[in-house]
Amino acid sequence: MDKKAHRRYGFTFLLLGGLLICLLVWNINSGSVKLSVNDIFRILFFHEGDETAYNIIWEIRMPRILAGIILGGALSVSGFLLQTFFSNPIAGPFVLGISSGAKLIVSLVMIVCLERSIVAGSGILILAAFVGSLICMGFILLISKKVKRMSMLVIGGVMIGYICSAVTDFVVTFADDSNIVNLHNWSMGSFSGIAWGNVAVMAAVVLPTLAAVFLMSKPISAYQLGEVYAQNMGVNIKVFRILLILLSSILSACVTAFAGPISFVGIAVPHIVKNILKTAKPILVIPGCFLGGAVFCLFCDLIARTVFAPTELSISSVTAVFGAPVVIYIMIRRQQKI
Amino acid sequence: MNNYFFYTDKMTVGYDGKPLIKEIEMKVRRGEILTLIGPNGAGKSTILKSITRQLKTIAGTVYLDGRVMRQMSDKEVSKRLAVVLTERIRPELMTCEEVVATGRYPYTGQLGILSKKDWEKVWEAMRIVSAEDLKKRDFAAISDGQRQRILLARAICQEPEIIILDEPTSFLDIKHKLELLTILKNMVRQSSVAVIMSLHELDLAQKVSDQVVCVHGEYIEKYGTPEEIFTSEYIHRLYGVTSGSYNADFGCLEMEAPQGKPEVFVIAGNGSGIKEYRRLQRAGIPFAAGVLHKNDIDYAVAKTLASRVIAEEAFEEVSKAHYEEAWRVMKECRSVVCCTQTFGTMNRRNEALMKEAEKLGILRKE
Repeated sequence: MDKKAHRRYGFTFLLLGGLLICLLVWNINSGSVKLSVNDIFRILFFHEGDETAYNIIWEIRMPRILAGIILGGALSVSGFLLQTFFSNPIAGPFVLGISSGAKLIVSLVMIVCLERSIVAGSGILILAAFVGSLICMGFILLISKKVKRMSMLVIGGVMIGYICSAVTDFVVTFADDSNIVNLHNWSMGSFSGIAWGNVAVMAAVVLPTLAAVFLMSKPISAYQLGEVYAQNMGVNIKVFRILLILLSSILSACVTAFAGPISFVGIAVPHIVKNILKTAKPILVIPGCFLGGAVFCLFCDLIARTVFAPTELSISSVTAVFGAPVVIYIMIRRQQKI
Repeated sequence: MNNYFFYTDKMTVGYDGKPLIKEIEMKVRRGEILTLIGPNGAGKSTILKSITRQLKTIAGTVYLDGRVMRQMSDKEVSKRLAVVLTERIRPELMTCEEVVATGRYPYTGQLGILSKKDWEKVWEAMRIVSAEDLKKRDFAAISDGQRQRILLARAICQEPEIIILDEPTSFLDIKHKLELLTILKNMVRQSSVAVIMSLHELDLAQKVSDQVVCVHGEYIEKYGTPEEIFTSEYIHRLYGVTSGSYNADFGCLEMEAPQGKPEVFVIAGNGSGIKEYRRLQRAGIPFAAGVLHKNDIDYAVAKTLASRVIAEEAFEEVSKAHYEEAWRVMKECRSVVCCTQTFGTMNRRNEALMKEAEKLGILRKE
């Protein structure tokens, strides 16, 4: 309706899209094996060149980048859904302990599978993560019925997260297998070691879920005015709340299943996106969050991979460095408003 | 029951299955305003929450346009019933225009994108509540009164057949109170919308309502037209007024009269005494007023504020008996104030009273 606002929306999406492309190129181009742009170009578009280089690009870097895009997007959309649900700007899958719950159940499943020498497939891991997410979500919902203050809810979530992490560490420590190193890496959060098969599964789970979320923009935007007004606008609140919980749990579960718990993306990205767009309209914020999450995760993964190469940082440490200050900023600003 | 657009049949409401108010029968036609009054905590909001389906009714049935509301879908109801609540909402990064636009949601498609026509209705609604200048303002950054108007605009552009408002005038100054009620009254008259609301301002409820429901105790205590409900005696009983009083004819509140033997005698008439009565009341000085005709506006006020009123029947000359009674009371007073300089023929004896006071040396000169 408003030309200025429309220009702003266009600009935001161009900016995010541009950043995504830049980071994509940069990510392909950087790593312990140096490759020239020309080599990469030829490998990508003509499938020719040195076999090792070809494998590095196609089998290692590309799946990892795609995973970063899909999972980063999923995580920040999941965060946005939780923020809407709790009408709390610092809600997110990580601070509410939902990622940690998913991590716990996934570790248990992995260990059981490893002991019986079965390779746990992506599907089983996602399912395990989903179950873990829902269990923690259940606890969070119980807490949210008792406490109304947003800070208390977050504290409850952080505590649940700690309990789950502690149990996970305990289980991982006593699990007896050589694969435990892998498990340990995963439980810290990382995009490494993702194969094409994983990418296909995550895309099959995340993309339809995101489409469903996008189609729910209207009730979500009604819900932003509070439950009562949403109901008055014809939203079936019970069904809507259940859907919101399920969708956000699927998204964060998928992330945890493949990349472990990743902190703060779910809070920082929606906040930044909303502030660049200067609106909270879900129809814009949902795609914006997906792009923003993808950009943020690619950027953080780039740092995780390259800064101390060949040692890799856990992705969660990097996202925390950039994400936590945003959370602090939001809290301070809210405090000033009240 | 057919010409009632909305009615309840033996509705019982409450929380967690515990009945609070039982067997409520409320009926409202299109083009009527039904107002709920009653003391704080009586359950006005509970009733409103129950009919807007935020709370489950414990028993009974609610009918909307002849149909059982429980059997209607949220979507169906949303095109016919709009709400304006007191509950504070703080949506993030939403302009007022966007908040109003949410009223169009029941009419939009899957993604909730408003058509040009929808936007025109949004702006029309904002014009009705004279909030056009707020369009681009951040909803979180406007005043309570402005917020209330925006929420009313939201309800208006929902094009409902019935609007339910919970204390819509609570945060408003008098200008906006009057404006809001005028808007409602116009909507009711012009587009034959039905309105159900709760109000704290009895004076306004009396003037704007077609039907009044008094919520008090376990049952609806009284239900009728403003003329039936608004008597000073009943309002005192409904609210359990113990100090001060409510004057139902003027719809105004009076503080408690100073108690004790009159210290000041006020001679007045034709509305000249009201200021003096109030001044004495504020200072806490008990006073007597006389001799007033019962049709005098001074009489209505003096009745509630003076510790003694000597009154004469309307349109009669002040009688000798009343004059003497007034004289006896006046003699005991510390001072006398005469608020009027004109007496006419009917009040000749008031002039005589003034002269007596002057003789006694207790007439206060202004």
